[in-house]
Amino acid sequence: MPELIAKPALGAAPVTHAGTTLAEADLPQMTAIAPWPGQAEAVGRALGLQFPLPNAVTEAGGTRLVWAGRDLAFLIGGVAPEGLAAAVTDQSDGWVALTLSGARAVEVLARLVPLDLRAAQRGQTFRTALNHLPLILIVEGEGDFTLLTFRSMARTAWHEVEEAMVKVAARAL
Amino acid sequence: MRLTCPLCGPRDRREFYYYGAAEYLNRPAPDAAPEAWDDHLHNRDNPAGLVQDLWYHEQGCCSWLKVTRNTVTHEIVTVEPVAGGAA
Amino acid sequence: MRIDGKGRIDRTRPVTFRFDGRAYAGYKGDTLASALIANDVRVVGRSFKYHRPRGILTAGSEEPNALVEIVGPANQTPNTRATVQELFEGLAARSQNRWPSLRYDALEINDLAALFLSAGFYYKTFMWPRRFWEGLYEPLIRRAAGLGSLSGRHDEGVYEKAWAHCDLLVIGAGPAGLMAALVAGRAGADVILADESSEPGGRLLSDDGEIDGAHATDWVARVLAELASLPNVRLMTRTTVTGAYDDGTYGALERVGLHRSPRPNLPRECFWRIVAKRTVLAAGALERSVAFEDNDRPGVMLASALPSYLNRYGVVPARRVALFANNDSARSTARSLMAAGVEVVAIIDSREDAPDEPGIALHKGAQVIRARGRMGLREIMVRAGGREFRVEAECLGVSGGWNPSVHLTCHLNGRPRWSDALAAFVPVEGAVPGMLVAGAANGSFSTHGCLAAGAEAARASLAALGVAAGAVELPQAEDAPYQIAPLWAVPGKGRAWLDLANDVTVKDVALAAQEGFRSVEHMKRYTTQGMAPDQGKNSNVAALAVLADATGRGIAETGITTFRPPYAPVSIAAMGAGGRGMGFAPQRILTSDQASRDRGAPMVEAGLWYRPGYFPKPGETTWREACDREVMMVRCSVGVTDVSTLGKIEIQGPDAGRFLDFVYTNTFSTLPVGKVRYGLMLREDGHVLDDGTCARLGDQHWLMTTTTAAAGLVMRHLDFVHQAFCADWQVRFASVTESWAQFAVAGPLARDLVTSALGHAPDLPFMGCAPVVVQGVAARLFRISFSGEEGYELAVPTRYGEALFRDLTARAETMGGGLYGMEALNVLRIEKGFITHAEIHGRTTAFDIGMEKMVSGKKDCIGKVAATRAGLVGPEREQMVGLMPLTGSVLTAGAHLFAQGADLVRENATGYVTSVGYSPTLHSHLALGFLKNGRARHGETVRLVDRLRGVDVLCTVTDPVFHDPKGEKLRA
Repeated sequence: MPELIAKPALGAAPVTHAGTTLAEADLPQMTAIAPWPGQAEAVGRALGLQFPLPNAVTEAGGTRLVWAGRDLAFLIGGVAPEGLAAAVTDQSDGWVALTLSGARAVEVLARLVPLDLRAAQRGQTFRTALNHLPLILIVEGEGDFTLLTFRSMARTAWHEVEEAMVKVAARAL
Repeated sequence: MRLTCPLCGPRDRREFYYYGAAEYLNRPAPDAAPEAWDDHLHNRDNPAGLVQDLWYHEQGCCSWLKVTRNTVTHEIVTVEPVAGGAA
Repeated sequence: MRIDGKGRIDRTRPVTFRFDGRAYAGYKGDTLASALIANDVRVVGRSFKYHRPRGILTAGSEEPNALVEIVGPANQTPNTRATVQELFEGLAARSQNRWPSLRYDALEINDLAALFLSAGFYYKTFMWPRRFWEGLYEPLIRRAAGLGSLSGRHDEGVYEKAWAHCDLLVIGAGPAGLMAALVAGRAGADVILADESSEPGGRLLSDDGEIDGAHATDWVARVLAELASLPNVRLMTRTTVTGAYDDGTYGALERVGLHRSPRPNLPRECFWRIVAKRTVLAAGALERSVAFEDNDRPGVMLASALPSYLNRYGVVPARRVALFANNDSARSTARSLMAAGVEVVAIIDSREDAPDEPGIALHKGAQVIRARGRMGLREIMVRAGGREFRVEAECLGVSGGWNPSVHLTCHLNGRPRWSDALAAFVPVEGAVPGMLVAGAANGSFSTHGCLAAGAEAARASLAALGVAAGAVELPQAEDAPYQIAPLWAVPGKGRAWLDLANDVTVKDVALAAQEGFRSVEHMKRYTTQGMAPDQGKNSNVAALAVLADATGRGIAETGITTFRPPYAPVSIAAMGAGGRGMGFAPQRILTSDQASRDRGAPMVEAGLWYRPGYFPKPGETTWREACDREVMMVRCSVGVTDVSTLGKIEIQGPDAGRFLDFVYTNTFSTLPVGKVRYGLMLREDGHVLDDGTCARLGDQHWLMTTTTAAAGLVMRHLDFVHQAFCADWQVRFASVTESWAQFAVAGPLARDLVTSALGHAPDLPFMGCAPVVVQGVAARLFRISFSGEEGYELAVPTRYGEALFRDLTARAETMGGGLYGMEALNVLRIEKGFITHAEIHGRTTAFDIGMEKMVSGKKDCIGKVAATRAGLVGPEREQMVGLMPLTGSVLTAGAHLFAQGADLVRENATGYVTSVGYSPTLHSHLALGFLKNGRARHGETVRLVDRLRGVDVLCTVTDPVFHDPKGEKLRA
């Protein structure tokens, strides 16, 4: 057992504005899977999931494979087996996961993300930007998003999202 | 300005990093004449019309892209991955 | 004054506001302009240059005169158009450009000196003596001319930026825009309808027109109700589309909170970036004036503003109104005014063949030659049929015709076309890809024409989108032809205003032409016509017509200046929304951040990271004391510092070694597992890109470190080299900078500290690496040093970073060591001659920094060929050296190096200083720098000069490695 104490990126309590809630999620095991050229299909098979197409998430049980860039997907909630035809890198500590959910989540994200998310559905993910921050945006469902950004930028990410929420809430009054 | 990333789809230009002429893809052989290297590294035309240059989808999939565009009309003609079909 | 029964204001909701300190009453729905008119306030500001009293000219966003300061609790907003500013309870506005008061303005004297203040006056007059320009003339002129003032404080207001996306963006909600939105909305397209005003409807709200046999406003209400019922249509009121950009991107400014009492967190404005697949521009047209003597007197207005004030706000500026026109549109104005009980004393129509208008004194072939009434119009002088006579009126409505709002069609370099029939510029087709122009913006001035064009533009847009358009019946409306006989300026001796906002007269334009500024672009710059907040909306066409006349060319040939974004003023605060304080740039926070702050460390920015500068101890009064102590602590016992900011990239795959050999100058494929090597990376042009260590963790697994500043750059470079040159290689990179918290432990007691932390001796050779377990956590240990002392770097998964940092700190302190910060880190590396990006600043080569031997001769690598080209090697190059002052002087980075005795001129500079610090180890200031042929000049004396900071010191040129040149301590 580790004697060192593990700390979350923020340790922030959830906030709610205009019926929309921002929270810091516990990040499960997250592994970058980068198949060698031409090996994506085989890697997917070995993981028991289809290797996702761009902007897509494949999932089975509690395990998800989230497309994260060119020849890259993040395995979330599962453990990569040995001998994959891919580079495998633990990313569990490199990111902070925020969840944004509620009636105005899309409106809030319209302040931060240069994409049209009005019709976003579960199964979609986007590599994009949260203002100036790198972002992996996972669509959990209608008005329900997970935002992954660099762990060191967690405070800024929280600030940006909450600022946008507060302004949207003030408009809604 | 918007570029249609072959992987991510249409995106605002702020997700991209501009590098320079697509000539950077044509690396001369190590023993090529110095003039060939100068042309490769430094000598550029500045045409009114079609140009090809390199963009990196930095706030996206991290693909390097070869963009063919028109400097007069600002039309984006094609956006292709420099890695070819492998991207 | 207020007219009973008219207007769309809410008379059940009175509002009080202040103008120049005095309280007035208005109603909800008023603009500041309409409320001032209701209160018979005629003078609302002083003009830009001549300080002439000015009143309200227009009822729209193009207003050139009625610019006021809005004074809020946290904001002072200058140059707010009173015609746009909506009234709210407690609104406080102030007139501008006057002192001590609007009524008595000391600088009105400028108006008497007008003869000397014509175009180009400043350029001609304030030429001598030259040094007076910056110190005296310019400040004086700036004080005398100019409009609003700033508070001098930060704008603490809340602003917002947002994105919107749609199939069809309809710009303008007049008859054409409403019709376009209706057709597209019914077809199910995703529509945004943006309108500048607080209420959609455009001119239909102002003019007494009919649609389908009822008042046009009934139709507007029906359409709005239907649009509101369509979930696929978004109506954005108070939203001005300000710019057209490439690929269907538009900028738009929404007034979110400016029209209401301040409320916490409510944005004042929102700057939208709208991405539209197709666009219909239905921005309408703007009426223009006619220039005649003293046509800037308060009370001289645009004719079309009068029905706007009457029908939207229930106010008229005077009981007796005269109209002056060269087209028919003033006729409906006259009828509206008369129906409301306003006396229309005369219509002065410049056309000899003007149609008759029963019941009104109509003067055909007549011109207004002068306005009288300094603080408010009293009478006009009219010339008709060779006769001059007076007409008493407190208001004159002028219509010089209509200019289609072509502005957005010009933003991508579209050039509007001159139409003789309309005496106006009209847009050319296809000026903005994906945009169609409909209605008055396209020169269709009848209501029927607007409705039909809006429907047609929507249908064409839908076809392009592949959306089927249903049948939409066109409502019935007037379709009168537009008849105009151009008249730009009435001949006369006095000053006749073209650009009211910038005080440019007909004479100024003629003078510009006379002095050779015959191009419209030159005339604009010489006279400043069109350069005020209204950007020439009221004056461009008339000014170029006057120029065309003065130069003997036609208007089409003269052309028009380029309309550029923004269409209407956009506050910088809106464009920079969220960009202050924490929003300025992402802040990257170390896991040790709180622990460092707990110890009073001031944090310094390193790229986006925040790192501790130093750790002050009680009794230390300067950063230098702390820094010196920390340096000696590392040299004598042990120091701990957070180095997590360095870029960490894992490189994996069967081809990883081969790939590293290609990107590094030296060879990595031969590095044994468990070893670390220092590597140098070049750009393809032969200059140094970055340096750092690279460790081999496994057979096909390397860990590259980059400098903090270049982490992103290197990742981009690796991606490029891979994707461009060897995409088929089996190699992948993953940034793990964020995944590991890494701490350097350095000093003679470093091994003891690591032993204590691990519970066993590290047993690593210099430049070795190994997986270890630290207090139950899987970790990575590297024996590397950036200080010249025996050094280790211990990395743990980031979640354990803070705990390990506190643990290492506590252990170090029990051993007489402790934390060190960026200042000490910098001194330690300078003592050792280790480079940072101060040295590898983009213009230095491997040769310059003395590392050309690291460029392997056995293999190709990025930058290798260029690194050896002529001019990048040899004695002419500035080479890295150390510098030690002969006396104990301070040295400064950025200083230049000269040979002793050489004149201190740029041509004699023979090098420069990149890094400096005080070395407590060597009891001297030290510097690293670059000196021409420097490696051959060790032992020479050079003169170090920094004129900016008054430093002039003789230095000895040395090897860059000042301390422990053989590196014995590292390998101990």
